[in-house]
Amino acid sequence: MGGADMISPGLAIPLALWVPLLGCLAIWLLDKSPNLREAATLVTGAILFALTVTVFIAVSTGQRPGFQALEVIDGLPIAFQAEPLGALFAVIASGLWLVNSVYSIGYMRAGNEQHQTRFYMSFAVAISAAIGVAFAANLFTLFIFYEVLTLSTFPLVTHKGDEKARRGGRIYLGVLMATSIGLFLPAIVWTYVIAGTTDFMPGGLLAQHVDAAGPIVGILLGLYAFGIGKAALMPAHPWLPNAMVAPTPVSAFLHAVAVVKAGVFAILKIVIYIFGIDLLKDTGASIPFMWIAAGSILLASAIAMNQDNLKARLAYSTVSQLSYITLGAMLATSMGVMGGAIQIAAHALGKMTLFMCAGAIYVAHHKTLVSEMRGLGRVMPFTFGAFFLGAMSIIGLPPMAGSWPKFFLMLGAADAGQMAIIVVLIISSILNVVYLLSIPVQAFYMNPAEDGAKLQGAGGAFIDWGALKEAPILCIAPPMFTAAGVIALFFFIDPLYRFLLPLIGGG
Amino acid sequence: MNLAAQLPVLPVIIPLVAAPITLLLPQGRAPHLWATLISWLTFAVSIALVSMVSDAGVISYHLGDWAPPLGIEYRIDLANALVLALVSGIASVVFAFAYRSVRVEVDPRQSTFFYCAMLICLTGLMGVTITGDAFNVFVFLEISSLSTYALIAMGANRDRRALTASFNYLVMGTIGATFFVIGIGLLYQATGTLNMADLHDRLVGQSNRMVEAGFAFIVVGIGLKLAMFPLHLWLPNAYTYAPSAVSAFIAATATKVAVYVLIRFFYSVFGFDFAFVGHAFTYVLLPLGLAGMFIASLVALFQDDVKRMLAYSSVAQIGYMLLGLSFATVEGLTASLVHVLNHALMKGALFMAVACVVFRTGSHSIQAFAGLAKRMPVTTWAFILSGLSLIGVPLTVGFISKWYLLTAAFAAGHGYAAFLIVASSLIALVYIGRVAEMMLLRDPPSEGPYAIPIKEAPLSMLIPMWVLVAANIYFGVRTEFTGDFAARAAEALMLAAGGAP
Repeated sequence: MGGADMISPGLAIPLALWVPLLGCLAIWLLDKSPNLREAATLVTGAILFALTVTVFIAVSTGQRPGFQALEVIDGLPIAFQAEPLGALFAVIASGLWLVNSVYSIGYMRAGNEQHQTRFYMSFAVAISAAIGVAFAANLFTLFIFYEVLTLSTFPLVTHKGDEKARRGGRIYLGVLMATSIGLFLPAIVWTYVIAGTTDFMPGGLLAQHVDAAGPIVGILLGLYAFGIGKAALMPAHPWLPNAMVAPTPVSAFLHAVAVVKAGVFAILKIVIYIFGIDLLKDTGASIPFMWIAAGSILLASAIAMNQDNLKARLAYSTVSQLSYITLGAMLATSMGVMGGAIQIAAHALGKMTLFMCAGAIYVAHHKTLVSEMRGLGRVMPFTFGAFFLGAMSIIGLPPMAGSWPKFFLMLGAADAGQMAIIVVLIISSILNVVYLLSIPVQAFYMNPAEDGAKLQGAGGAFIDWGALKEAPILCIAPPMFTAAGVIALFFFIDPLYRFLLPLIGGG
Repeated sequence: MNLAAQLPVLPVIIPLVAAPITLLLPQGRAPHLWATLISWLTFAVSIALVSMVSDAGVISYHLGDWAPPLGIEYRIDLANALVLALVSGIASVVFAFAYRSVRVEVDPRQSTFFYCAMLICLTGLMGVTITGDAFNVFVFLEISSLSTYALIAMGANRDRRALTASFNYLVMGTIGATFFVIGIGLLYQATGTLNMADLHDRLVGQSNRMVEAGFAFIVVGIGLKLAMFPLHLWLPNAYTYAPSAVSAFIAATATKVAVYVLIRFFYSVFGFDFAFVGHAFTYVLLPLGLAGMFIASLVALFQDDVKRMLAYSSVAQIGYMLLGLSFATVEGLTASLVHVLNHALMKGALFMAVACVVFRTGSHSIQAFAGLAKRMPVTTWAFILSGLSLIGVPLTVGFISKWYLLTAAFAAGHGYAAFLIVASSLIALVYIGRVAEMMLLRDPPSEGPYAIPIKEAPLSMLIPMWVLVAANIYFGVRTEFTGDFAARAAEALMLAAGGAP
């Protein structure tokens, strides 16, 4: 972070938006020399991470750096301002992009994939859009980058170019654009007509402008909840399983971190800064959506249990886990919001680990079905070890980061007097145990279906270190790194909690 | 008399005088260069007029120094100054673009006639827009229409169906013009004047059968010209079989000018005192606008001919303009005017992209678009960016239009209309997406008529097309020339019409 001290936070935000685009240009120019091209991605990633950390540090000291680019229509500027939630999302997105870029290099080269330049270019545009979402100072700006994120990830989803990829791409774009243009945009315009601006305001923009007794709060909240399709609240989720036709690095980063988190981030941000927690608490408008989120959690878990394809299972798990964040927002309590915010970080680390492991398994053994992975842990102990840690975190077991959001969400549910939600959370964790933990357990302890002899290596050792068949190091190290991060975040929860306190009026 | 004082007449005089001169030029490059030069000159004058009107207010020019209401008055306020700039601006781009496209699509022996007709058409459109005299509107409307019939028929060199398309348009367009002139006649009968401002003064408080019938004839007549659903039947074939450059020009200008005329008659001639205007908004424009938005969009969905698809899309987009108008608020009128400008930019760019494809593949069937991203990437991206604009993606003019329309719908208490607007843009997402997927994700055909080696369109076509694409993006983030001007124009119109400001 040498550069972190030299650049002012106010400058770091525009730079964070432009650096990936310049990186995109560099990647395009270096099309012919893959090594330099990948170096461009990594250098861009490192600079971007330093920039977002600069902003993060500034925000932690109480600053709110920002700037206005231009005013498109009266009261409708493209403007940016960092606050704790956005700074956190930006650091997660840029940090994990760096990790994922290392992983992508291993994965794409091992798989000899086509169109790698286009792949890295789209990624760079997508990360710029994610940063734009993170730092947006108003709904209008957020919406712009939200749509750029959708469009820039479309070439990644359809990367393979076959009929299946086209179909997946059609559903991906169809659902995300239909929800955003059909519901999200009218909601923003309606908010603008009511309040004369779309700025995010501490305490809630609408709180001062809207008649709390009327049905408008509930209708608007519904438009936002389903209009932000990236949050994958059922039934707006089908794009996510269909996005799994993309290469695994795309699923790992975009569909476990950047894209989906942009969605739930937007929901949290709207609940906190557009409605205000108090307005929702007073009107009770969020209660129906709390139940929809709870239903989404359980239903998606139930579907995940029946998926034999590992990536599909992880995708439905993501749908379920994203609804934790929506649930936290809709609880309309301080602790619920806190739980949702921490879940953004914890789930990003955990789910990305799982996806990267899935990709490593595919690279090394070309296996995609869970039923084919029995006994595979003996030859891929590092991969499945990382998978185990990631799964533990998603389930919410200590000492993994994922245990904290569950803890805060339960506190939030208790505050809101919704005891049934606590039961939902417990059931969900049990379901997670069944469909996630079973994978590494089977991989380590069960015989491959067709050949029992493989279970015991030479000399009867549990793991035959001589017969390991792992993916290339660039595919293994990143998931192990994020798995370690899952443990680290468990112990560093206090600074994160204090960093996020301003969200709920504390700090 | 200095030149500045004569400026208001120049946008009509320059192309009018230049058009016959075209016929004296030798075949080849000369007519094209001449027409392009004239269009640029006209555009420059229009821009000067916009800035004059913006600074000094309404300009009234008396033709031949005959004072109105007896003489013909050219009356320029912000609303028609904007439309003048739009029409001449689109002409500057399309005329510059046309050369290569016309050389392959139009019989070379007709090329001088072609540019002559284009200039006459420009004259007519500028005249309709600039004049403050109701009968003069009819005259110029016919000048532009007659030249358009000829231009569409020139598509026969490539596809004989252009002749029937042109003939259909001739019949429908003439009915429209006749209705319009009957309406004008009835108003003249009732008031004894043809000057619009004078008509407005004399119509105040008058509401008898004759005026009502005149109103109805005028609305239906212009409705035919602007392809108001369900009077749009001439439009799809006309746009499909016209030479591509003509499609681009008339799609971006002719219907827009007709929408402007409708606005002018509603607001500046009849005004809100005339109860029929309110009724026309509520019971005619609103339902027809909504129906057009959906039905035409749905029909567009099933077209395998990309030009025809864009033509139906135009009918749907006219629905947006009528819808904004029908709210009878400043916001709604602003939204309509903004969309008149913005839709011209996007549809012009889209038709130009198709013209590039026709130039290389010889076809506007969707099959010809397969795998074009690899073979004509610059054209492909122009089509996709303008398509995104049509859908209404942020940072494009389409989004600005949607924003104004949605704001107007919510503010006018027509919240349901806001959802219908976005729902119909989602249909646009599907039909544009179909073509985009064809271009991006399909492989170039390895057999059949399109399995021919294709290169990118020539620069002489790409540059003008991208000027328009760039305008789609520039005016998508800067609205002081579109939104702010349109808002001022709308306020002035509303004030004149006696509505609530």
